Amino acid sequence: MSLWEYANPVKFMRLTDRLWPWAMGLAVVTLVPGLIWGFFATPDAENFGSSVKVIYVHVPAAMMAINIWVMMLIASLVWLVRRHHVSALAAKAAAPIGLVMTLIALVTGAIWGEPMWGTWWAWDPRLTSFLILFLFYLGYLALWAAIDDPDTAADLTGVLCLVGSVFALLSRYAVNFWNQGLHQGATLSLDKEEHIANVYWFPLLLCLAGFVFLFLVLLLARTRTEIRLRRLRALEHRERMQ
Amino acid sequence: MIALLIRDLRIAIRAGGGFGLGLAFFLIVVTLVPFGVGARTELLRAIAPGILWLGALLACLLSLDRVFALDHEDGSLDLLATAPIPLEAVVAIKALAHWITTGLPLVLAAPLFGLLLQLEPRGYPWLVCALLAGTPALSVLGSFGAALTVGLKRGGLLLSLLVLPLYIPTLIFGADVVRRGAQGLDVTTPLLVLAAITLASVALVPFASAAAIRVNLR
Repeated sequence: MSLWEYANPVKFMRLTDRLWPWAMGLAVVTLVPGLIWGFFATPDAENFGSSVKVIYVHVPAAMMAINIWVMMLIASLVWLVRRHHVSALAAKAAAPIGLVMTLIALVTGAIWGEPMWGTWWAWDPRLTSFLILFLFYLGYLALWAAIDDPDTAADLTGVLCLVGSVFALLSRYAVNFWNQGLHQGATLSLDKEEHIANVYWFPLLLCLAGFVFLFLVLLLARTRTEIRLRRLRALEHRERMQ
Repeated sequence: MIALLIRDLRIAIRAGGGFGLGLAFFLIVVTLVPFGVGARTELLRAIAPGILWLGALLACLLSLDRVFALDHEDGSLDLLATAPIPLEAVVAIKALAHWITTGLPLVLAAPLFGLLLQLEPRGYPWLVCALLAGTPALSVLGSFGAALTVGLKRGGLLLSLLVLPLYIPTLIFGADVVRRGAQGLDVTTPLLVLAAITLASVALVPFASAAAIRVNLR
C-alpha cells in the first residue's frame, strides 16, 4: 500500500469517487460561512472602511494562484520521472484553475486598489509578479492546446513548467529590484508581531480553507473529466481500427 | 561541432535574412519610436535604454523559429540527434550560431542606434557591455522555446508567448545597467546579476532544450 497505487487511473477514479462528495461538502461548509461571516459580520477597518472585505477573496485567491503553480510543478516532476498519466492530467487540470485564481487576485486587487491608492493598477512588484505569473499560465495552457499527441504535450508542458518555475521565481525577485511598491507587506505570518486583528483573522482562515477545498473539488472533477476523455478517445480509436 | 557551427552560419548567410534582417528590424523599431512618442530630446533620452533593449529582444525573437524548424523539415535534425555528439551540444551550438547571426550584430550596431535615440554619451560603453552580457541568454532561452514548438506547423505566435515571459529578468537587469550607466551611477550589481543569468542559462537551459527536442522527434 503506497501513494503510487493511485497512479493507476482505475484506482484513482474509485478513490476520488468516494472522496469527491466529502471535498465538496467541506468546501461548502468552510467557504459559505467564511464569506458570509467576512462580508456581513465583521466591522469596517479603521483605515480601510468597508473595502477591507475584499480581503476574504483577494488573499485566498492570491495564495492559491501561487500554490497551484507549485502543485503543477510537483505533478509535472512526477510525470517526467515516473510517467504516471494521472499526474500529467492533474497538472493539465490544475492550470485553468490557477489562471482564474490569478485573474481573481488581480481583479479584486484592482477593486481594492482604486479606493485605497487612487489607482486601479500600479507597477508595484507584487502586482507585476502576478501579471507575470498570469503570462506563464497562459503560455502553459497555450502549449497544451497546441499539441495533438497527449504524451508529447504532457512532456513538453512538463519541461516548460520546470523552466518556467525558475524564471517565474527569478522575475519575482527581479521586479523587487526594479521598482518600489505600494502594496502592503505580508498580511499573514506566524512569527511577526504585527498581524491582522482576530476579528478579521478567523473568517479569513475559514475562507483560506474554503479556497483550498474548492480547488480540490475543481481539481478532482477536472482530472476525472480528463481521464474519461482519454478513455473515450481510446475507445473511438479502437472502433476506427476495427 | 565546429563544422556544425560553420554549417549553420553558412546557411544563415546564404539563405538571406540571417545577419541583415534582425538589424533592419532593430533599425525600424528605433525609427518608429520617435514617431510614436514625439522627438523631444529629453524624453527620448529617458526611454532610450528601455527601447534599445526591447528592440534587441524583438529582433532576437524574430529569427527564433528558424533555429530548428528548417532542420526539422528536411530531416537533418534527426541525423543530428543520432550523431556521435550529444544533443545538448548540438542545441548549444545552434544557440551560439543564432547569437552570432543576430545577437552579435546587435551588440556592434547598438551604439549607432543609441545615437538615434539621444542616449547620454557615457551610456554607450554600458550599452555594449549590457547587450554583450545579456543577448547570449536571449539566444539560449529562445532556442528552448524553438525546441518546444519545433513540431508545430504554425508555432510562431505560440513561440513568442512562451519565450517573452522568460526574457523578463534579462530585460529588467539589462535595461537597468544602461539606465544607470547613462546617469553615471554604479552599475556593478545589475551587470553582475545579468551576467549570472546568462551564465546559468547557457549552462542549464540546453539540457531542457535537448529534452524537448527528443520528445518532439519521438
